[in-house]
Amino acid sequence: MLRSDTIAAVATSMNASGIGIIRISGTESISIVEKIFCPAKKQKKLTEQKSYTIHYGTIVEDGEVLDEVIVLLMRGPHSYTAEDTVEIDCHGGVYVMHQILNLVIKKGARVAEPGEFTKRAFLNGRIDLSQAEAVIDVISSQNTYALKSSIQQLKGSVQRLIKSIREKVLYEIAYIESALDDPEHISLEGYPESLHKKIKELLQEIERLLKESEQGKILREGIRTAIIGKPNAGKSSLLNALLGEERAIVTEIAGTTRDTLEEQIRLRGLTLQMIDTAGIRKTGDKIEQIGVERAKQMMEEADLILYVIDASSALDENDKEIMPLLKEKRVIVLLNKTDLQERITAEEVQRFLEKPVIRISAKEEKGLSELADKIEQMFLTGGLSWNDEVYLTNLRQKTAMEEAKASLQKVEESILLGMSEDFYSIDLMDAYEALGRIIGESVGEDLVNEIFEKFCMGK
Amino acid sequence: MAYIEVDTDVVVVGAGHAGCEAALACARLGLLTTIFTVSVDSIALMPCNPNIGGSSKGHLVREIDALGGEMGKVIDKTFIQSKMLNRSKGPAVHSLRAQADKAEYSRVMRRVLEHTDNLWIVQAEVAEILAKDQKVTGVRLCSGAIYHAKAVILCTGTYLKARCIYGDVSTYTGPNGLQAANHLSDSLRALGIELYRFKTGTPARIDKRSIDFSKMEEQFGDRRVVPFSFTTDPESVQIPQVSCWLTYTNEKTHEIIRANLSRSPLYSGDIEGTGPRYCPSIEDKVVSFSDKNRHQVFLEPEGLYTNEMYVGGMSSSLPEDVQHEMYRTVPGLEHAQIVRNAYAIEYDCINPQQLSATLEFKAVSGLFSGGQFNGSSGYEEAAAQGLVAGINAARKVLKKEQIVIDRSKGYIGVLIDDLVTKENKEPYRMMTSRSEYRLLLRQDNADQRLTPIGYEVGLISKERYERLQEKIQLIQTEKERLEHTMVGASSKIQELLKKYQSAELKTAASLAEILRRPEMRYEYLSPIDKERPVLSEEVIEQVEIDIKYDGYIKRQLKQVEQFRKLESKKIPENIDYDKIPSLRLEAVQKLKLCKPISIGQASRISGVSPADISVLLVYLEG
Repeated sequence: MLRSDTIAAVATSMNASGIGIIRISGTESISIVEKIFCPAKKQKKLTEQKSYTIHYGTIVEDGEVLDEVIVLLMRGPHSYTAEDTVEIDCHGGVYVMHQILNLVIKKGARVAEPGEFTKRAFLNGRIDLSQAEAVIDVISSQNTYALKSSIQQLKGSVQRLIKSIREKVLYEIAYIESALDDPEHISLEGYPESLHKKIKELLQEIERLLKESEQGKILREGIRTAIIGKPNAGKSSLLNALLGEERAIVTEIAGTTRDTLEEQIRLRGLTLQMIDTAGIRKTGDKIEQIGVERAKQMMEEADLILYVIDASSALDENDKEIMPLLKEKRVIVLLNKTDLQERITAEEVQRFLEKPVIRISAKEEKGLSELADKIEQMFLTGGLSWNDEVYLTNLRQKTAMEEAKASLQKVEESILLGMSEDFYSIDLMDAYEALGRIIGESVGEDLVNEIFEKFCMGK
Repeated sequence: MAYIEVDTDVVVVGAGHAGCEAALACARLGLLTTIFTVSVDSIALMPCNPNIGGSSKGHLVREIDALGGEMGKVIDKTFIQSKMLNRSKGPAVHSLRAQADKAEYSRVMRRVLEHTDNLWIVQAEVAEILAKDQKVTGVRLCSGAIYHAKAVILCTGTYLKARCIYGDVSTYTGPNGLQAANHLSDSLRALGIELYRFKTGTPARIDKRSIDFSKMEEQFGDRRVVPFSFTTDPESVQIPQVSCWLTYTNEKTHEIIRANLSRSPLYSGDIEGTGPRYCPSIEDKVVSFSDKNRHQVFLEPEGLYTNEMYVGGMSSSLPEDVQHEMYRTVPGLEHAQIVRNAYAIEYDCINPQQLSATLEFKAVSGLFSGGQFNGSSGYEEAAAQGLVAGINAARKVLKKEQIVIDRSKGYIGVLIDDLVTKENKEPYRMMTSRSEYRLLLRQDNADQRLTPIGYEVGLISKERYERLQEKIQLIQTEKERLEHTMVGASSKIQELLKKYQSAELKTAASLAEILRRPEMRYEYLSPIDKERPVLSEEVIEQVEIDIKYDGYIKRQLKQVEQFRKLESKKIPENIDYDKIPSLRLEAVQKLKLCKPISIGQASRISGVSPADISVLLVYLEG
């Protein structure tokens, strides 16, 4: 049976704003809140209140007031999950929110698993699968760009694009199949060549979608950024300088989740997700050597590498070992310590490593806006306008798209190998099916219908 | 009124392609079997096209043969031309098609029936299915006679309430003017069985003396004929063959059709039945594909002892005068003498979702059905179902476990699963694209897939089964030998590869690796393969296919594994779909009607979405 127990979670992210919503869903939700909520005015019991009503009061534990709150009541099926749902709007900050959530749990709810509200909405028939996934992304989207894209998906622009690719694939399968079924009426002469052309076009479309989805991921999850460089190049002061802009907000978090949040830097609407910065940070006063091996490992994971060079001392073996490794990566070279006597020029660096070079002084916080410009230019241009373009927003969709791509590549391979046409349709069908998985559609009778609709069968 | 009463084990209603296979299976499994036909002269009649097999249908015939059915053996004895279709394509889509001598086919099948122990042919019309507490007890004939039976198999084809139509002429007869069966429909409805009305059609037959073949392209049979049956000696089918002829319609033909569309019963609304999309009438083709300025027309002989030629591609229900005018626009048919007019035929059949995959009615125990009555079309589809219905009816009487051939085992499985699971709105025809594992379900390996089942059932002799085991052993041994025989990059080998425009070897390779190259063949390798044993053609064919397409075959085997997983997730019989929250209403209705036995089957029902399946899974696991 479907789990219909009552679940609860903080519905907003536990951030500094201090205003947050605790959402409780399930048959017990209203009675649980009734046990801990004390209305400001004398009124009917919460369990007797109508749907869509708002109540002002306090949350009380053992006679002690935890917070002043507003309680919203929504009765199923007219709620997001289609179950009875209560939302507690509180503003006492992260700590108090935790306390209230713990209290709700103590009174009989259980902590919701990630995405469980959406899952219930889905299982209760409120939303379809791809909507559910987009909503999960909305919940976890970390900045404005990502939010826009998630909402767009709800409108179905991904579906439209994938549908059009899918239709083209289906047409080709139907053509092959009708020829196999009725070889005396429909000929496949010269077909492999024309199919090859079409497959190339489809692959281009898919590549574009995948590339954009990669950018989409960057927007949602942040740009995984590694700062590398020799000891004393000024990596940690750069990090501090970058954090500086956001520090006012960051510090309000009061240490609760400090370690993870500190790894994120917001930069003009983009998020830099710092890789392994804890290590770098810790080394604020005691700097260790970052070996080539370590740099390699960090670079594997990174979308962006900030390579910090101390401009006040000449390049050495260490630099020359690191630089060749950066060739294929997205790198910005930062010539730091320009406040001191400069011994290295940008041109000199570029002789070894053809990457953009920016002169900065982390200490004096100079050159940071040029760095921001550069990052924005790297990740936000390329004709990508967030209002119109679409991309795959989660791993499941992306994996399926990769599968479709691989299948189409197999078709290409089969054509080049001179395999017979019935093999193409095996891989084309796989591609069709994979594309269908992204938008939640199965193959069903599509092929048979397409064959009869588009091709005149004999007899 | 006095009437006779007869006791029998199994009653088969109808002696077409389904009925013959059903009755033979039951009788051969030792049951006293009575087969009814409205005319003994029309046993195994081919009222439409004069051929057996064709793309995917050829697969069915081979599978029927592998299971111990009769169709393949009879066509091997009565064909007058044979072709392996799609020979230039992959092995999965090779398909045999033979032109039959219709009269001979019918006679030979009748002779088989008449020489089968336990089997009695009776010419009579069955009027009523007798049942008690939704359990079949026998049939009543129009004469009033009662046949008591433990199982009844309905194979009424296109005869139920049949009506033949062209123009405004309509007669209440079965095909070829044979007597229709008019009583049974009401009896079925009384049992709670839902009926559909389907339609199909056939072209005119033209006297070949009136045809100018010089204006047509001659279509020959294969030089070397491959038999349908695994038991037929290949040498016995190398006989002189008869040609077919190809010509085309033209704009003039299409003009005449367009000008007379309003006189077609299909367009005037006189025909209500749903017709098949895969063999549209010529008027359908002209309307639906108006951009095509010509359509192919095949002239096919109906047999050696008749002048009649079948006009493939031009079935129609237009009035007689239009037919005469229309056919005569076709090059070579200018002076055509029509022997029989084209006509459409409407008939009652069932919604096959009322059947379980064993082809027994879910609601009436002991009542089975097969063939066109189940909403399919085609002789081969009919025979395949007849065989399965026969086997299961016999096993039911013998109290043995029912047999279901699943989608990964044969086209027969695909056919039956599609019929009983999916919504079927037109006569169903087999197509290779309907099979998701077609690289495994080849016509050449039907014996390996199904003969073990035929043996277990009792329709395959021990000798035949052992021969198959030997063959499988030889294939296995030779495959292993090729995988393990390494050759170096010697000049002899490089030369050989060059000869077949294959890239030179850089390092040593196994013979199997070389064989996997698309341009290489098993026979090409013989000069560099010293230890090659002497093997039969059929063994070599299997070795070559298995090695060459190993990658694809492995992929499909993996998919089959996935498929089996979902098939094995059973849905309890007493499940109450109304009680499952969040299943969409449409899905609930479809699931209640089809009563799928597994999640796998449920996922194939049209109208049940992947989201519904998720909900169902969550519900079943909860």
